[in-house]
Amino acid sequence: MSASFVKGMKCRVCGTTYPVSPNNFCTDDFGPLEMDYDYDSIREATSRSKIELRTWNMWRYREFLPLDNDPSVGLHSGGTPLIKATRLGKALGFEDLYLKNDAVNFPTLSFKDRVVAVALSKAKEFGLKTVGCASTGNLANSVAANAASAGLESYIFVPADLEKAKILGTSVYGAKVLGVQGTYDEVNRLCTQVAFKHGWGFVNINLRPFYAEGSKTMGFEIAEQLGWKTPDQVVSPMAGGALIGKVHKAFQEAYRCGLLEKEPTTRFFGAQAGGCNPITDAVKTNRDQHKPVKKPNTICKSLAIGDPADGYFAAKLIRDSGGWGEDVTDDEIREGMIMLAEYEGVFAETAGGTTLAVARKLLQQGKLSPHGKTVLLITGNGLKTQDAIANHVEPPTHIAATLDAFEAVRESLGDFTPCAKSQIKTRLVGV
Amino acid sequence: MSVRVQIPTPLRPSAGDQATVEVTASKVGDALCKLIEIHPAMGGKLFDNGKLRRFVNIYVNDEDIRYLDMLDTAIKDGDEVAIIPAVAGG
Repeated sequence: MSASFVKGMKCRVCGTTYPVSPNNFCTDDFGPLEMDYDYDSIREATSRSKIELRTWNMWRYREFLPLDNDPSVGLHSGGTPLIKATRLGKALGFEDLYLKNDAVNFPTLSFKDRVVAVALSKAKEFGLKTVGCASTGNLANSVAANAASAGLESYIFVPADLEKAKILGTSVYGAKVLGVQGTYDEVNRLCTQVAFKHGWGFVNINLRPFYAEGSKTMGFEIAEQLGWKTPDQVVSPMAGGALIGKVHKAFQEAYRCGLLEKEPTTRFFGAQAGGCNPITDAVKTNRDQHKPVKKPNTICKSLAIGDPADGYFAAKLIRDSGGWGEDVTDDEIREGMIMLAEYEGVFAETAGGTTLAVARKLLQQGKLSPHGKTVLLITGNGLKTQDAIANHVEPPTHIAATLDAFEAVRESLGDFTPCAKSQIKTRLVGV
Repeated sequence: MSVRVQIPTPLRPSAGDQATVEVTASKVGDALCKLIEIHPAMGGKLFDNGKLRRFVNIYVNDEDIRYLDMLDTAIKDGDEVAIIPAVAGG
């Protein structure tokens, strides 16, 4: 099928072009390489009606992805719901709130399934037999699962103190899992050395220019789900800082290639945990370059990247788009998780709680507007981070299997009021 | 002080195709200058107007120099100085 629309790779700093290869940085100035597309040809090849005839998954936007052939890995990823969050919106004070719910992505319940689908399809095009990643957990799950289904050997490097569910959810696929004594940034540095030494395909290192493009599909889906319109505000969690930029890029590409009538003017807002906030700190202190956080300390381990590769670009996008960045405490993160669950039935991982809590804080600060369409990016599933809230939700009431026993406790269970019984410390606005 | 500077694979053509280059220096900055004296092509890649480029990370024995004394970080005999591209991960 598809002819590739990729012209090559281009340095984001100096613009030097490179032929397509498994490499992530410019050998002139170490700047990140990004895919360089022939947008005129994409514009001719794609249209809303063509896209709408395709299966509802991420590959309906294949012209915007850097593969030469049909995808071979992650064929069912993407195509996640955009939920109109009326009840949560009302509780928080947003008029038109949506959740882009990648907590139900396939196969491993996070947005990483999108990036890995592209990276491993590309790894197969390159003829690589061994793949790997440095991960805070979600990526580990996705690389391990997709590598297993593609018959590729995988080496997964994670910080040794990661949540049990995320380690088990990697080992189960037969991956070689290395629990590294150290922070994510130390894992990442080690993986950079391993990737280039062995010539393996590390999805977020030497395959990163291809990998990161997969995140754009979250943006294309949001625009299509809103009737080929972009939202007024997006709140994105930030770890490495790539996702927020790729959603922005998707909106711009969709407009440039004729899928949107109106030029996007979306304001982008970034969310981090207070215990690891290099990007939001750079935004708030008006610094170009983030100060790395040596020892991240937060329950939100999936966002615990102290030295984010795209920190500079994420902070710049936030500023240039008229958005803002904010960070929240671990208690606020737990509250965010519980609110998502109790108002919208969405059990998101700690990163989702962070995003919700930041949105709430930014609204209270007047940085986010209550008006217009606001989309929160929910990137991972709460089943993977149960430990974070295990002691903060109401335990079940145990009773005998008799009607009398139920009636005896019924009153004590209280009325139906969301977030009333869970241990939310700060009261909600507008409830 | 004799230290070894590790060169990332894609840059080795600018460093005589060597994986490591042995230099004598007492600070990280001096070690990089010595490297550039031996392999001048490395100069513009690492530095821009005398400042280390934004997307280059330098490690001494696996510790990031931003958590030490940057280019003034002292080095001793046998230390490993690694040049590592910053645009990875996440």
